[in-house]
Amino acid sequence: MSNRTGNPLIHQKRMRAEKRFRRYGQCALGLAVLILLVLLASLTARGYQGFMQTEIKLTVTFDTASLGVEAGQDASNLSPSSYQQLAKTTLKNLFPDVTERSDQKDLTSLISSDSGAQLKELLDKNPSLLTQTKDVWVIASGKADLFFKGGISEKTTESDRVLNDRQLFWLKMLESKGSVRTVFNTTFFTQGDSRVAEQAGFLGAMMGSALTLISCLLVVFPLGVMTAVYLEEFARKGRWVDLIEVNINNLAAVPSIVFGLLGLAVYINVLGMPRSAAIVGGMTLALMILPVIIITTRVALASIPGSIRQAARALGATPVQVVWHHVLPLAMPGVMTGTILGMARAIGETAPLLMIGMVAFVVDLPTGFTSPVSVMPVQIYLWAGTPEAGYAEKTAAGILVLLMLLLAMNALAIFLRKRFEVRW
Amino acid sequence: MSKISAQNINVFYGAKQALFDVSIEVPANSVTAFIGPSGCGKSTFLRCMNRMNDTIEGCRVDGRIVIDDIDINSSEQDVVQLRSWVGMVFQKPNPFPKSIYDNVAYGPRIHHMASTKSDMDAIVEQSLKKAGLFDEVKDRLLESGTSLSGGQQQRLCIARTIAVNPEIILMDEPCSALDPIATARIEELISDLRENFTIVIVTHSMQQAARVSSQTCFFHLGKVIESGTTSQLFTSPTHQQTQDYITGRYG
Repeated sequence: MSNRTGNPLIHQKRMRAEKRFRRYGQCALGLAVLILLVLLASLTARGYQGFMQTEIKLTVTFDTASLGVEAGQDASNLSPSSYQQLAKTTLKNLFPDVTERSDQKDLTSLISSDSGAQLKELLDKNPSLLTQTKDVWVIASGKADLFFKGGISEKTTESDRVLNDRQLFWLKMLESKGSVRTVFNTTFFTQGDSRVAEQAGFLGAMMGSALTLISCLLVVFPLGVMTAVYLEEFARKGRWVDLIEVNINNLAAVPSIVFGLLGLAVYINVLGMPRSAAIVGGMTLALMILPVIIITTRVALASIPGSIRQAARALGATPVQVVWHHVLPLAMPGVMTGTILGMARAIGETAPLLMIGMVAFVVDLPTGFTSPVSVMPVQIYLWAGTPEAGYAEKTAAGILVLLMLLLAMNALAIFLRKRFEVRW
Repeated sequence: MSKISAQNINVFYGAKQALFDVSIEVPANSVTAFIGPSGCGKSTFLRCMNRMNDTIEGCRVDGRIVIDDIDINSSEQDVVQLRSWVGMVFQKPNPFPKSIYDNVAYGPRIHHMASTKSDMDAIVEQSLKKAGLFDEVKDRLLESGTSLSGGQQQRLCIARTIAVNPEIILMDEPCSALDPIATARIEELISDLRENFTIVIVTHSMQQAARVSSQTCFFHLGKVIESGTTSQLFTSPTHQQTQDYITGRYG
């Protein structure tokens, strides 16, 4: 007679082993989620400050005398430094008891060295302001900004902090008079990089990344998809295709900096293309993600059932028609998913771009594919290496923007796959 | 005179020979059935007649197949053109994941058979009617072809084949994935289509061969053992192997 109950000990052991295995999985998952949450939380805590900016209110009188304009002369011809002088004078007038030259210097260092440009812009927009008095919120200097964001503690010894006791006193005075406010940092999204922390913006890098990705996509998409279509649908399977396939798979695992060297050697040294340009960056990244696109496209093509190809062939479709009318459109969701994930990898890539000189300090917003640009990860890298205090929060804010974009791209990939997926 | 005449066909998949000196005559406007156990080469032979074997790597076909005095294996024969007059229906219904209309219109479109939209509409309607599907789908021509039931999908595939106006329709076990009711409808359809088309059907079911065909060829291990009219082959086979197969002793 067969044993119907089995050995209860063996049964229990099996159940325990199964439970244990499940626990391990849950632990691993929990740890991964925890690390992710810690990363996001710390970045958000830092980066959030980068999106805010402190401003100081100055009651500016735009009179000709203090600007040093002769009567009848056009104020728009003045250099920003005259305006900077005006801003400084206005601030000094708020604290008439500060007479020492070095103290005055400490005082005026509390507003951004770019405040003059802000005033000039106001006056250029509205010339009738000349001879009038107006409340203007000028951007606080990076140090003052840091203080209001809690980055500087009064308890620290005076010599160890970037602001001395008198500067802190003035700032608190201004705050108690209601002359300090915190606003959304529009500069961050409207300006390029700057040597002055409070003036440094991310837009230049964002545009640079966009231009680089566009050039990358334009090169890599047709090249990658055509290669995959040829290998998968037309090439005669054999030793050569196997060899090429192995090489493509290997290329996908090559460290990205090697592609940077290739880009430097070919595009810049041989073809003489400009350094630091979006188009060169894009083409270098294209080299890097070409294998990824080829592999994902081949997988997408291979997943289309052969019966579709046979049906089209049997109706008298040529091999090219079979691909263009049936196989490629059906594979498109997979191809696009792969492309977007490849792009997501390209957008976060730094190393190969450093090799082609895309590590320059670029203040101007890019004007085209050949103008020198910075890209987001490189900008973050540059900021992270700057010792000045104000850049730390910019770094975190930049990382947040990059992460948001990556998240959006991945979401788009999932959406496209779900939306255009064809079920049989 | 026969529509299709195959002489000494040998087919190799790489080093393996699948067909040995197969010679068959298929008369016009009739149904010819190929029967035989699995792996006997009947599907391979069917695929020789519209050169679908060309798409299989390492496959080589020797011999002459003449359809209406045209040697289809000659180098001058355009394969694409050949397949427009030798249509094929597959074992598993394989409609394109497009609308019912586009499924039928695809063939005529790539062969430029209709110049206007109304011409195309007429071709689609005629083809669906001939396949006995029109009444069931006339209100949902824009729905996906894959949303139909298995039997309807197979009739859609037949309509798609008819739409390019072939002379010969090859059917590779067209009912093996269908239930008995859908099978009966397809068999009825085959009987109707015989008026206008020469049909060659591969089937596993001897009953089906007996019901729909007028000629039957029995394949075994890559060779044609016996061929003749269906009634003769089923009632008085001349070979012992045929006798054994149709009485269900093996296969």
